[in-house]
Amino acid sequence: MTATRIDRRFAECAAENRPAFVTFVMAGDPDPDTAQAILDGLPGAGADLIELGMPFSDPMADGPAIQLAGQRALAAGETLTGTIGRVRRFRQKDDRTPIMLMGYYNPIYIYGVERFVADAAAAGVDGLIVVDLPAEEDSELCLPAIGAGLNFIRLTTPTTDDRRLPTVLINTSGFVYYVSMTGITGAAITNRAAIGAAVKRIKSHTDLPVAVGFGIKTPEDAAIIGRDADGVVVGSALVSAIATSLDCGKATAGTIEAVHKLVRELASGVRRARA
Amino acid sequence: MTSGANSLRNGPDEHGRFGPFGGRFVAETLMPLILDLEAAYRAAKIDPAYKAEIAELHTHYVGRPSPLYHAARLSAEYGGAQIYFKREDLNHTGSHKINNCLGQILLARRMGKTRVIAETGAGQHGVAAATVCARFGFPCTVFMGATDVERQMPNVLRMKLLGAEVRPVTAGAGTLKDAMNEALRDWVTNVDTTYYLIGTAAGPHPYPEMVRDFQSVIGDELKQQIIEATGRLPDAIVACIGGGSNAIGTFHPFLDDPEVAIYGAEAGGYGIEVENGHAASMTGGRAGVLHGNRTYLLQDKDGQILEGHSVSAGLDYPGVGPEHSWLKDTGRVTYVPITDREALAAFQICTRHEGIIPALESAHGLAQVLKLAPGMGKDKSIVLTMSGRGDKDVESVGRYLEKDPSLVV
Repeated sequence: MTATRIDRRFAECAAENRPAFVTFVMAGDPDPDTAQAILDGLPGAGADLIELGMPFSDPMADGPAIQLAGQRALAAGETLTGTIGRVRRFRQKDDRTPIMLMGYYNPIYIYGVERFVADAAAAGVDGLIVVDLPAEEDSELCLPAIGAGLNFIRLTTPTTDDRRLPTVLINTSGFVYYVSMTGITGAAITNRAAIGAAVKRIKSHTDLPVAVGFGIKTPEDAAIIGRDADGVVVGSALVSAIATSLDCGKATAGTIEAVHKLVRELASGVRRARA
Repeated sequence: MTSGANSLRNGPDEHGRFGPFGGRFVAETLMPLILDLEAAYRAAKIDPAYKAEIAELHTHYVGRPSPLYHAARLSAEYGGAQIYFKREDLNHTGSHKINNCLGQILLARRMGKTRVIAETGAGQHGVAAATVCARFGFPCTVFMGATDVERQMPNVLRMKLLGAEVRPVTAGAGTLKDAMNEALRDWVTNVDTTYYLIGTAAGPHPYPEMVRDFQSVIGDELKQQIIEATGRLPDAIVACIGGGSNAIGTFHPFLDDPEVAIYGAEAGGYGIEVENGHAASMTGGRAGVLHGNRTYLLQDKDGQILEGHSVSAGLDYPGVGPEHSWLKDTGRVTYVPITDREALAAFQICTRHEGIIPALESAHGLAQVLKLAPGMGKDKSIVLTMSGRGDKDVESVGRYLEKDPSLVV
């Protein structure tokens, strides 16, 4: 496979001897216009890669912050068609920052897998992260996505042992997303040392970059995790910044800046990781 | 038991599929756990000691076999087929749920797990789970939608007395699907210690198969009992469907007997033409992926899951076990929606004519029986699985009838 935006971006960060900073926001949260402005400003605030959440009514792997973000987006009328359109508009201004769509399978299944991978690729989506599709279900979406030129990024977890890792990695491309804990998004990391060891273990199985997510909330967390990881993912903290800025559920004058300010702070933490 | 390549009883395949339905749509964190569970279940299934312990508990703890009862007054009143009830309502804890819980708690013990979690809607499964946890000394946490906690208070109190922690779930509409989401979130967090005791024949493989196997005691006994009573197989069998565990347990032993007509009664709520006003996933939904399996689901045009509605808290789940979805598509089982009104009528009729207060869930099945029986000859037989007793429902039924006197029959 030729190098994708994701491959190029991780290579650029590696060349600067720093981890990549991966930001997660929920598409359409808190409303379509504000969400588009938040998305469009992420690279300028220091995001190297973007995970864009596809809201789902039943996010089984997410904690309260991302659950609420999805509910706000759905209440504001977000659909998968709308989310793909958001990426298309982003691409008109930025052709280099990789975007991964992240979420759950059912809305994609209902949209239609073939149509989805074609529309996503055409809009400028680079990769997919779908929580409830383990390697055992690769024929559902992973293989069609690869066929459409998309990277399929797999989650590996503390329960993915050395025996299982090859199964999980077989169709993974772009990067490997290591989930720092057994738990849901937004929970607290309890054992930082174990994460470094886990990243090294995964790297003994693959040449792909390894990004770490779940539980990274502060620039300090980002700096510590970024010593060993090729990428640092922050999600719940960003969507919480949106939530805190709202007034009765509506965006305020400070909403967009609240997210971008936190992204700048976290980006500086990431850049300090190996300084 | 099962026989031949054309048997309808061979599923699931090694990927946990019943035709296109079923599967293992779970987060990677859980994948190693459900593979372990499958291996543990395969080993237990062929272990005579495991089977013997279940049989012993069935006899002395649950009170099995549950009777097959000839509802003579109802049969005469409706002037058609002889109506029989398979009395799962007489089981310890008052429903069929105990059959599954016993099988799974013994498996949890074999696997060395030290904590049990469960989800519950009406509270019947929560009570059964709390019961087996008390009996075998496991700490137990039951997730229950906050709305259900309020409308099923007697069962909440029972679970607490049995030593379980009941965690009300406020996400979503606070009903069964939200409780299941929260149970999955707990499981993904406490992977080392925790056994997830799913209450119905749904979820990721191997749960649909495993729960079906534990519940098939219903159909196996029924087959023997009806032959003893009438000298032949029944002409029709009927069960209610929420997730569908009592139904699959009733149906499975009869799938290869084409002379037996099989009916599943779904929760038609206000009517399947009312959007989000029912919980009939098969007659009013379409295929999708939720809670680990592909199956018929109540969902909107964008694939967002709807909450559904039913007068019965045990039926208002937006999905259904994947084997039912497959049995619907193959045409072997006929699934029909029964409205709240029809179920409430059947509830009252059964109570007055037979002196049996059925669970509102079972009353859905009975409503279908009362539609079918008059059109069948007196020499025919039709069996309803009376999945649970209705003590838990008397308060809410009383309220419905008081609020809307047109529901009184």
